[in-house]
Amino acid sequence: MPSSDDSSGELTSGTRRAAAQPPRASGPPEAGPDPVHQQSQEALHEAEEAVVAGGIGARFRALLGLDSPDFSWTKVLAKQGILLAFVIAMVGFSLASDRFLSFDNFSSVLRQSSIIGIMALGVTIVVISGNLDLSVGSMLSFATILVVDLHDKIGPAPAMAVALVAALACGAINGTLVGVLRLNSLIVTLGMLSAIQGFTLIYSGGQNADITNQSDTWFAFFGRGEIAGVAVPILLFLGLAIILEWVLHGTTFGRRVFAIGSKASAAEYSGINRVKTVFFSYLISAFCVWCAAVVMGSRVMGSQNTVGKGYELLVLAAIIVGGASLLGGSGKISKTVIGVLLLGFIQNGLLLLGFSYWTQWLVTWVVIIVAVWLDVGARRGRLLSPYA
Amino acid sequence: MDKFKSFFLEQPIWAFLIAITVFFSLFAPNFFDIQNFENILIQASTLGIIALGMTLVMINGNIDLSVGAILAFCAVVMVDAQSWPIFAQLGDWAILGAFFMAILAGMALGGLNGFLVWKTGVNAFIVTLGAMIGIRGLVFVYTQEQSLFAMNFLFSDIGMSSVPLGPLAVPTIAILFLVLVALVHLLLTRTVHGRNTFAVGGNPEAAVNAGIRVGPHMFVNYLILGGLTGLAGVTLSSQMGAATPNLGRDYELWVITGVVLGGTKLAGGYGSILRSFAGILSIAILRNGMNMMQVQAFYVYVILGGILIAVLILDKQLSSRKVRLSEQV
Repeated sequence: MPSSDDSSGELTSGTRRAAAQPPRASGPPEAGPDPVHQQSQEALHEAEEAVVAGGIGARFRALLGLDSPDFSWTKVLAKQGILLAFVIAMVGFSLASDRFLSFDNFSSVLRQSSIIGIMALGVTIVVISGNLDLSVGSMLSFATILVVDLHDKIGPAPAMAVALVAALACGAINGTLVGVLRLNSLIVTLGMLSAIQGFTLIYSGGQNADITNQSDTWFAFFGRGEIAGVAVPILLFLGLAIILEWVLHGTTFGRRVFAIGSKASAAEYSGINRVKTVFFSYLISAFCVWCAAVVMGSRVMGSQNTVGKGYELLVLAAIIVGGASLLGGSGKISKTVIGVLLLGFIQNGLLLLGFSYWTQWLVTWVVIIVAVWLDVGARRGRLLSPYA
Repeated sequence: MDKFKSFFLEQPIWAFLIAITVFFSLFAPNFFDIQNFENILIQASTLGIIALGMTLVMINGNIDLSVGAILAFCAVVMVDAQSWPIFAQLGDWAILGAFFMAILAGMALGGLNGFLVWKTGVNAFIVTLGAMIGIRGLVFVYTQEQSLFAMNFLFSDIGMSSVPLGPLAVPTIAILFLVLVALVHLLLTRTVHGRNTFAVGGNPEAAVNAGIRVGPHMFVNYLILGGLTGLAGVTLSSQMGAATPNLGRDYELWVITGVVLGGTKLAGGYGSILRSFAGILSIAILRNGMNMMQVQAFYVYVILGGILIAVLILDKQLSSRKVRLSEQV
């Protein structure tokens, strides 16, 4: 089974279509399996085999779905729209500004996006499992304050360990409330957002924390270091992305996450431990927040106690632009990465073109709605909603 | 007695409200005082006015994350529009002109959200998440990151004014809030639109099959929410005589917390204005009472988060018990 193509996305949309079948069958008299659907499934299999056999060309054709019998450019646009938008934005900014297309600029954009990016990776897994995590922003504040404040008191390594334990504890509470008690994840993590922010303020007493000796601590490596000319935050971001991509597509856990996100009850009837899977998805999210906090603390060498405020929504925005459905069951790590980068490059490009900092939020608004609208419209087969 | 008991079991927010009122009356100095209760009503009014509209939208099965940003935009328009050249001839009446501009701005932005939810069929959470980010950007672009001050002191006088009712001088904003609670409650319980709002939230497909036009009802509710948010922006800015671009940060979270405390279901189809009112009032009393007891403001966050989750657990327990009871019968 190829690991990097769209098979999982196809699988879930296939099951979804199948789930939508019974009510529709009451309309037309023949209730057998949909021949067109079957045909396209077979074609899909052939296409998959072609991908395995062929090289880059075949992969490209499969990516765009050129061999599929019900091929249309609208579908391609909807499915790979984010990639297209990314390419257009890059080409546009490169033409408009002569400073945009340079190694330094690219690496600075990547470095700036890496904190939101690292958090977005973990939240993507939570979102695919059909839940939300709004508490990551507060968790980032908490972990960053802990790591920075304890750095001078007990040393870098113990400080990082304490922050990790704290983050994982928050994740475990989320996981218990959502997974074990089956509470609504939106409200639970909203409550946790407030509670963790409160704990952060109580811990810090409303004071900001600083690392006094900034020049000779190996802790600086995570935010300011470089390996072979590439900044460590970028390497962490991309490394985590590759690992989590493997976790989602190469392990049983990943398949369970997709199954639960597509239809939780069906997944449970087929013997998947929903509690465990949801719990671990929140732990992964908390772990990613810890990584982001270490990068943040190391880069700034200090922390405000509300440093992560509002990050949860920027993270969600990147994930949504990347095309994950908030209803669960679909989403890709690679597309989340592109979503993060798209928003990062838009911000950078607009600044280079001389727009004010806040213009990017207006553009983000439009990008979010257009991206999701195209996605939803393509699945529906028409652009406008069926509501009268 | 049984009726009494089931009332509090089904609507625990009232029991909670009474409990914290009694608690703070006993332990917080100066809490049990008519002046303080007036203060609490004023403090609750900004979140409360928004919560009225939010309840409609949430019963409808949608949500709005952009209310904080819309509130900031309307407050900025309210303060800025008073000095617009087109109102220059009006003298003090410019405030009224600015008032209409602010409400109009709120309705336009709320309506835009509603229209997008209706026409695109994109999840309301996503539409309003985008709007929240975008409108906040709009506010900063509009104000150039500066705070705005009202030059006409009459504006802040209106915000501080009170109406004599018998021996009491009740703040105008508190009266406005209570009147709006009554009006929106009537809208939800006594009109066709209110009934259809429940129907659409309960089961959109069934509502469509019953011949209800789902989209326009969603649109109208967002329009109402936008207008009410605009009004909240006006009352808030008139209390300060100013508007800052960061106004209303986190308000969406507080409002949703209050509405959920009141028992409104996120899935839609269930909720009530009076209980949302009780939920918002609980938040205001908690903040006020803890302030009176000199508890650090940080603890309010923890307690509110804890209560929100506790309410959710309680609700789950109660509803699962009801299911078990009905199975026994």
